[in-house]
Amino acid sequence: MPHSAVRSSEKGQYLSTLQAMWPYLYDGFTLTLVLLLCSAVLALALGTLLAGMRVSPVVPLRAFGTSYVNLFRNTPLVVMFILVVEGLPVLDVRPTLPGMDVFEVLAVLALSVYTASFVCEALRSGINTVDPGQAEAARAVGMTFGQTLQLIVMPQAFRAVIPPLASVLIALAKNTSVAAVFGVTEATFQLSRMIEATVAPPLVCFLAIAVGYMLIVWAISGASAVVEKQVRAAR
Amino acid sequence: MSSSVLYDIPGPRARLRHRVYGLVGALLIAGLLGWVAWKLWAAEQITPENWSFLAEPDILTALLEGLGATLAAAAIAIVLAVAFGAVFATGKLSDHGWLRRPSIAVIEFFRAVPVLLLMLFMFLVFGNVLGTFWALVLALTVYNGSVLAEIFRAGILAVPKGQREAAFAIGLRKGQVLRLVQAPQAVSTMLPAIVSQCVIVLKDTALGVAIGAPELTDAAESIYTDIFYNNPIAVGLVLVVVYVTINYSLSRLAAWLESRMRRQGKPVVHLEDTGEGSGFG
Repeated sequence: MPHSAVRSSEKGQYLSTLQAMWPYLYDGFTLTLVLLLCSAVLALALGTLLAGMRVSPVVPLRAFGTSYVNLFRNTPLVVMFILVVEGLPVLDVRPTLPGMDVFEVLAVLALSVYTASFVCEALRSGINTVDPGQAEAARAVGMTFGQTLQLIVMPQAFRAVIPPLASVLIALAKNTSVAAVFGVTEATFQLSRMIEATVAPPLVCFLAIAVGYMLIVWAISGASAVVEKQVRAAR
Repeated sequence: MSSSVLYDIPGPRARLRHRVYGLVGALLIAGLLGWVAWKLWAAEQITPENWSFLAEPDILTALLEGLGATLAAAAIAIVLAVAFGAVFATGKLSDHGWLRRPSIAVIEFFRAVPVLLLMLFMFLVFGNVLGTFWALVLALTVYNGSVLAEIFRAGILAVPKGQREAAFAIGLRKGQVLRLVQAPQAVSTMLPAIVSQCVIVLKDTALGVAIGAPELTDAAESIYTDIFYNNPIAVGLVLVVVYVTINYSLSRLAAWLESRMRRQGKPVVHLEDTGEGSGFG
């Protein structure tokens, strides 16, 4: 009997610890997910545009796409944040959105322009995995450029693109943490708040946030595995 | 462009069309860059005051010291990460469940958690003992070590199976097979991936600014946060030039190593071959 009494009081303690941490975790990860979703949409759009430029036969567009990728991929994300989050307000660019303040919007912008270069590379490598013979055969049977792209190249490239694209999104999910350095109160920012408020031992706070990120990472890789299975070619 | 899957070799009409698109595209891009330059000019960003820090000997010395610390942090972190990766890759390849399962757990955990979170935790809890520099280095070590562990494992598994079988056939033990036969052959296939990982480590050293670790971005931050300068754009652009120069050279080195290995007919292990969540830091 005494043994089980100790057990249940321990259980109660765990619950109250979780309850104490919950508001911080909830606020933090809500913002992390908002940053992730907004940046993912923007980065996919911009990255697709850049990939289109990088594989186009038009020299200036190709040069621009290549320079963009080399420049943005080799710049630390923190430096991108300095230029966008600290720099744009100096130029009197202070965008806001409903429910998002200036720094959150600018953080999304910094994450998007950075991640777009990786999206571009993932898409380009996907297109390059398609055997040139496929498109040559399509042209040989008289398909137009649009038909070749839509019916032959894209379906095959899409399959090859899913795993690297999932990696890019996972990296983006983790990279949203950099916004904490610039005062955006997302999940990583909550670590110091939780430790300061001593809601739980520091290790527990850290693990709670870490588990949150792991759930996001697993959700993305799980979703990519499902999509990959759906579009797998019947060979 | 004849190797492109998307286009045939253009004929005379297509070439003319491409030239027209090229002209329009070049004008649009020039317009975009010109607009950015004009915005910077209009916001009084291209003024001597904003850039004068580059002529201050004290500031230049501080920046160079920062660069030195950045390179030192990256070098120490990559060396430690290689050791960390080797240990946990061996663990993950082990036949013993009690060794394999914890290794997998460690690798998966550190790959899924943002480096910044690791670094802040180390700084907030062990900051008194570690100091900022080692909090940065250790966070980079465990994250990149876990990524490298996956690369090492992929590299070992990419060695042809016959090598392993032959080694067992002549009577080597498991450890000997790994150490004497598989690892030496795997090292060359992994070299480009390791150099690419150096780029990621170097970029991530900039996170040190969050805890005030001595490194380039932290040194630069103290310039633009100075009320006298208040020039984040000028300082940011200088940082871009420095980081891109170093990282682009490293990327070219990785690409050169890879093309050399392909010419020699050796397999090359990529970051992307190691599953999700790696290589795009």
